[in-house]
Amino acid sequence: MNGSPDRDQRDPCLDESLKEPTDSIIVDIASRVITPFILLIGLYVFFHGHYSPGGGFQGGVLLAAGILLLRLSLGVAVSQAIMPTRMTLRLAAGGVLVFLGTGLAAVFLGGNFLDYHYLPLPGLSPEYLRYYGILLIEVGVTATVMLTLVAIYDELLGC
Amino acid sequence: MIGAEAPVFIPLAFLVSAMLALLLGVISRPLAYVTAIVGSAAALFFSVRGLQAVLADGPISYHLAGWMPPLGIELYLDPLAGFFCVLLSGITLLVMVYGRHSVQHETPRKEVPFYSLAMFLVGGLSGMVMTGDLFNLYVFLEIGALSGYGLVAIGDKRAPVSAFRYLTLGTLGAAFFLLGVAFIFISTGTLNMADIARVLLVSQPTTPIMLGMALIVVGVGLKMALFPMHAWLPDAYTHASSTATALIAPIGTKVAAYILLRVLFFMADPEYVRHDIHLTDVVGYLGAVGIIWASVMAITQKEMKRMLAYSSVAQVGYIALGIGLASPLGFIGAVLHVINHAFMKACLFLVSGSFRLRLGHSSIPKLDHGVGRVLPWTSAAFSIAAISMIGLPPTAGFFSKWYLALGSIEQSNWVFVAVLLISSLMNAVYFFRILERMYLKPRSASDDGKEAEMPQQAAPANNEAPGSMLVPTLVLAAGVLVLGIMNAWGISHIIEPMIPEGL
Repeated sequence: MNGSPDRDQRDPCLDESLKEPTDSIIVDIASRVITPFILLIGLYVFFHGHYSPGGGFQGGVLLAAGILLLRLSLGVAVSQAIMPTRMTLRLAAGGVLVFLGTGLAAVFLGGNFLDYHYLPLPGLSPEYLRYYGILLIEVGVTATVMLTLVAIYDELLGC
Repeated sequence: MIGAEAPVFIPLAFLVSAMLALLLGVISRPLAYVTAIVGSAAALFFSVRGLQAVLADGPISYHLAGWMPPLGIELYLDPLAGFFCVLLSGITLLVMVYGRHSVQHETPRKEVPFYSLAMFLVGGLSGMVMTGDLFNLYVFLEIGALSGYGLVAIGDKRAPVSAFRYLTLGTLGAAFFLLGVAFIFISTGTLNMADIARVLLVSQPTTPIMLGMALIVVGVGLKMALFPMHAWLPDAYTHASSTATALIAPIGTKVAAYILLRVLFFMADPEYVRHDIHLTDVVGYLGAVGIIWASVMAITQKEMKRMLAYSSVAQVGYIALGIGLASPLGFIGAVLHVINHAFMKACLFLVSGSFRLRLGHSSIPKLDHGVGRVLPWTSAAFSIAAISMIGLPPTAGFFSKWYLALGSIEQSNWVFVAVLLISSLMNAVYFFRILERMYLKPRSASDDGKEAEMPQQAAPANNEAPGSMLVPTLVLAAGVLVLGIMNAWGISHIIEPMIPEGL
């Protein structure tokens, strides 16, 4: 995050061209078309995690792949709109806090850590409490996985 | 109420503050420091309450998400685990308080990731201490290890290289451990440690179990820096920032030693480990060789942090020697040495950090008696910790060596007795040479001409380290003395309830 000015001089591999948009119009158009579908599949995998194969980690990786494709093709500056670099690690930390907060809410309401049965969601039968409880922690996992991967890419690029 | 929930609150206090440090650090960097202190203080509070509850009412078993073990993950707090949690959060609190000026000075602009990773590391270690599930242990081991690599990498210019070396060997250790867990799992069909202990008691020991135990010992030995698997340690400790070293050195390798105690004496049948596969003998003799080897290496070092790092390898050897004795006296010696060494080594590394802040270096040949005048209290703390490392009464170091020696004599293991005696003399060699320079060597006699560069040249003024650094150092030094004087009470009230039945 704190890209030091001497980093680019030290390592010739990290020249500015990696941050620039691509010259190829094919890559540009293709990535614009493909990315929404990648993000959609990512969301699909994430929303299926609590009752079928899928889940936060896989969904988060797919969502990150969508964002990184835009970072690679449109350049760092343009793709800031979809995920600003300075927000990545903060939101990732927020994701972990969502997970821990869900667990702690159960503790404070009389259950054990992560015991979804005790979550304060009104009007739900116990099965659905567990159902939505897992969904809730999957939100945290997805956000953290996605944003950490984007943060690693941005950090290596030095922006 | 809080006592019963303590097992889950201790790691959570660390993990939540790791995340909050990252978020609040965006607003202002000092907030990350405050968060780390509040988190460690909360964890210390829960640990103390947990230990009180355990000593009063017996072990606490906490079932995560309400699933019953052996299927669910169990957090298990018994006297041994509770004691380790108190030690761990207490040292963390002191080191975090110390960090304010030192981290700013040694790794400027990296405070936020530093405190976040430090909290993550301790969160992982506290989870390792309490978990009752072998695979969960691996998960916490990796949480602690990965943040440890990051913490080592935030250091001087050569830190990333040593962090990478640490990462390579640490990952290898984790892989061995996981392989061992897999062997145990296919033989017993369960991952819960208490359940494995029950299965192992009634079943005939098989080759996979033997192999699994051996692999776990190798993997944990790598994490613990047991000789000859200590190669990552000196570099990592030397190049990491002083605060990071003061955090990793006292508790990181000790938690690995704790895992050895847990696996060899609680999970497996001590009789089986000792007489059938001689695993404790291997650990003990490796520890004994490590003590001598690392003491020789420590004598040859010129840089104080590097010398202390080699001394850490030697001290881990003492703990391994106590485990190797596999007797109640050896157990007491090992556990007592864990706490003593945590206090002594944290104190010594904090002193080396204060030297780096005030003198600009921590190189032994450049020290002279000006140090004793410029930093009188810091030097006094160093002297107490050094005397304790050598093992002179009434400091804490004497008593753990005393119990180790008693245990060795009880088993007529004269090799261990000789190692203990020789190594104490070697400790005296490498610590007295610093004490001599600090108090006796006149400034003019310094022949390397380096003192011209030093800021205070003619009459060294009292330039003591700032309060936030001095107070934790002195508390640890006082702790060394208190631990030494109170050791009889501590052993009969805290350590004796820990000794497993089969030992």
